[in-house]
Amino acid sequence: METLLQNLLNGIAAGSIYALIALGYTMVYGILKLINFAHGDIFMVGSFVGFYAGGYFAAKIAPEQAGGGSPIYAALVMLISIIICGLLGYLNERVAYRPLRNAPRIASLITAIGVSFLLEYGGQFVFGPDPKFFPTLIEKHVINFGGVVTTNYQLIVLGVAIVFMALLQFIVYGTKFGRAMRAVSFNFETASLMGIPTDRVISTTFVLGSMLAAVAGILYGLSYPKIDPLMGIMPGLKAFVAAVLGGIGNVPGAVVGGLVIGIIESFVGGSDYSNYRDAIAFVILIVILLFRPSGLFGKYEPEKV
Amino acid sequence: MPKRWWLRDLIYLVLFVGVVYGAWIALEYATIYWPAMRYYNRILVIMGINITMAVSLNIINGHAGQFSLGHAGFMAIGAYSAAYLTVTYFGPYVEKMTEGSAQQVVWQNILLLVAIVAGALTSAIAGYIVGLPSLRLRGDYLAIVTLGFGEIIRVLILNIEAIGAARGLTGIPAWANFFWVFFFTGLTILISHRLVSSAVGRAFLAVREDQIAAEAMGVDTTKYKVKAFIIGSCLAGVAGALYAHYTPAYLNPTMFTFIRSFEVVAMVVLGGLGSISGSILSAIVLTFLPEGLRLVKDYIPENAPEMLKRDPRMVIYSIMLIVLMRSRPQGLFGRRELWEFLPRRKDSIAKEGRDKGDSDDKLDRDSGPPVT
Repeated sequence: METLLQNLLNGIAAGSIYALIALGYTMVYGILKLINFAHGDIFMVGSFVGFYAGGYFAAKIAPEQAGGGSPIYAALVMLISIIICGLLGYLNERVAYRPLRNAPRIASLITAIGVSFLLEYGGQFVFGPDPKFFPTLIEKHVINFGGVVTTNYQLIVLGVAIVFMALLQFIVYGTKFGRAMRAVSFNFETASLMGIPTDRVISTTFVLGSMLAAVAGILYGLSYPKIDPLMGIMPGLKAFVAAVLGGIGNVPGAVVGGLVIGIIESFVGGSDYSNYRDAIAFVILIVILLFRPSGLFGKYEPEKV
Repeated sequence: MPKRWWLRDLIYLVLFVGVVYGAWIALEYATIYWPAMRYYNRILVIMGINITMAVSLNIINGHAGQFSLGHAGFMAIGAYSAAYLTVTYFGPYVEKMTEGSAQQVVWQNILLLVAIVAGALTSAIAGYIVGLPSLRLRGDYLAIVTLGFGEIIRVLILNIEAIGAARGLTGIPAWANFFWVFFFTGLTILISHRLVSSAVGRAFLAVREDQIAAEAMGVDTTKYKVKAFIIGSCLAGVAGALYAHYTPAYLNPTMFTFIRSFEVVAMVVLGGLGSISGSILSAIVLTFLPEGLRLVKDYIPENAPEMLKRDPRMVIYSIMLIVLMRSRPQGLFGRRELWEFLPRRKDSIAKEGRDKGDSDDKLDRDSGPPVT
């Protein structure tokens, strides 16, 4: 029972990070019908910005708190990372997607892979290929709920993730921009005929997704302090699987998909088959897609002639 | 069909084998006089393997229009199953014979062929299994499922102790050489080329252009989709088996991550989906590009900052990939072959303004297959 709860808790903490990344995939796919392969690497950049900003604050501004950290600096680090990743997301859209809007979709897929390679190998070039250790932005406490061990980190991850998901839900369903976004994802051409600045909406979607990836990057750095330029690949892929699982283009679906992947992975990781942890996400994906090809919450769209 | 078509084909075969064999012998001699040639020899062989990979993926992605991102997985299956055979059974058998005897050379090559065929068959079976979900899925969902299959294959290999697991498989006899690699490269190109103009190939094209229309015309779409997967993965298995037996003859699961699949996809798309000569050309370019970029490193001064001393090859490679794709989104050749760009003889009839070249050709066939 205790191990069950423990695994569940670890799974939810990991799953909420996947969910944050998956939101970026699902938003972009909902609008452009394109897989943004560079998204996982923007998550990596978010983590690295956190590493450098956190290191800077720890060394310069708050020497007396070095090693301990404080919530204000942590929030500041997160803000810097969000801004830089937002800019990067905008650049990504301008460089790799906008010029190819009318080209075959495969071409954008390849440029996206090119941007992904650029961020990975550029990361190795700029940051160096060896792993770095994420600074402790906030002091770590272990909390024990009668056998189930948790840290304040897991609670912070969960809390921050929920706040940002709620924020996104508000943006998408409660603001004028959100309405424009949904209109563009419903029908691109009609939306532009109705006077919606589609280019700006698409750019903003990329920026929003990248900002969420930055948040995920910082939270990931807090929970698993070893970061390296190739760290974005696997979480990125699994988050994409999560987005597909929930029905791609569906915002709540991405959150549920992320949590499901996180929880199942945590259970497999705790069992005798922990070696197969990286494969399990894909196995589940295949099984679900075979029985429900458009994901858990996706609409089934019969093909029209 | 001409009267003695088999004679013509036989002559072509002898010529082809002769040319590849001659090139191999010439390269071997060049290595004796100029040892640096060994390095170029290796790049050429890798290039041959990459061409095989690109052309075989082009059958799945370009001709049948089923977007697969798991080609490295099929290559891994071919490589590991062939290498397992040679390491456990064939290698010890050949070692018992006298060193350098004619008997040993003959057996070595025969057993290499057996291993390659075995690798190809195992890959084909895997292709069948992966092709099955493509009955139901399409477009991006299919892409991510094939990617998932590729990763599952890799994780499985990581956990099978008999083939070295995470340590990698060592002690593979290095039997493959320039001749065998290019022999199979030529064979793959031939199969792919003949396939397009066969009934099966026409069915592939029909499925790519419009699945519903193809079905209405009586094409069994599921059958042909699975067929495309089987043929493509079988040839990838051949490439894998050759790769396993070429020096340094060492296999590790990290060689077959999906990054490898992405590289092959980049080759196919860059060359133009559905264009065989395009795939070949871009496989050549994308193999030599990172190698050629090694030269860049020589121009970085000694006192440069730490960052600049790291290897910039892959950074430049990825920038070039983006630039190439932006400037020619439909791939180098679009959907056409190299010879369709050459000036035609006067007696052939100009069709659909093809002779104007590719400049303002906005015809649908130039725009890449629809992925829905």
